[in-house]
Amino acid sequence: MSRVEALGRFLWDFVVGDDWRIAVAVVVALGTTAIVAAAGASAWWILPVGTVLVLGLSVWRVARPAG
Amino acid sequence: MTGSEIGLALSVFLACTVEAVEALTIVLAVGVTRSWRSAMIGVGAGVLALAVVTAALGPALTSLPLNVLRLIVGGLLLVFGLQWLRKAILRAAGLKALHDEAGIFAREREAAGAAGAIDSGFDGYSFTLAFKGVFLEGLEVIFIVLTFGANQHNVGLAAVAAVAAVALVIVTGMLVHAPLSRVPENSLKFGVGVMLTSFGMFWGAEGAGANWPGSDASLLVIIPVTLLVAIAMVTALRRRVASPPSTAEARDDAAVHA
Repeated sequence: MSRVEALGRFLWDFVVGDDWRIAVAVVVALGTTAIVAAAGASAWWILPVGTVLVLGLSVWRVARPAG
Repeated sequence: MTGSEIGLALSVFLACTVEAVEALTIVLAVGVTRSWRSAMIGVGAGVLALAVVTAALGPALTSLPLNVLRLIVGGLLLVFGLQWLRKAILRAAGLKALHDEAGIFAREREAAGAAGAIDSGFDGYSFTLAFKGVFLEGLEVIFIVLTFGANQHNVGLAAVAAVAAVALVIVTGMLVHAPLSRVPENSLKFGVGVMLTSFGMFWGAEGAGANWPGSDASLLVIIPVTLLVAIAMVTALRRRVASPPSTAEARDDAAVHA
């Protein structure tokens, strides 16, 4: 593995971690919050709801029986 | 001290304690087995590298406009916090192996012993392992210190909390001269995960332009609600422990992530 690949892998593990869906969900939730807030609507609830959903789904994926 | 400052100091202190305990285990293993001198040089080099990263990132972070800073930092803290919380929930529910410092110490010690003869004078193996241990564990701490500190314009308080935690772990490690396996590391990680997730949600939403009801006081609701949700998830998952974990997580366990 080259040094660039190793650095990329380290950064991926450092920032994204075990479940990439969490990082994607956070980006989507932040974007949605920005759009809703810019439209003048109440947007504070989007991140908490998104956080509970993505965390619940992430641990559920592990807990569900294999197969 | 305000509620936000207490949250800042507590989050940084707990996160630093956890990471310092993990770094101490690695340094002790190579120090005891191979060369204390080379391990200590590795520790010094690791601390120096962390100082360089801090000096480079610190001014860059603090020069960003507050909303941009809160959006970026909030998002990163939320991703970090959810990673910590996910692992802590799975460990508390019995779906992931608990972090075991005594076990890690034994494995590192065995690997260090089998790594070949010790060079006379300077032992590269001890240096490299100690350097990597301190630098990699410290990087996350630096990130937390800088982001929490910059967001609240109080990097000094975050740094004091970090130094206090590291000093406590080092002194305790010197006294017992063994890995700190009695530190409730998994519980600390659970607490840190809750704090990082809560502050990440708060700052991320503010940076994206949302206004929390009650402004800063909303943290007094966000943190306990996040804790309760995490505990509820642990309770729900424990009911499933009777069935075997999925193959994907079994592979994760084999790697025993930090």
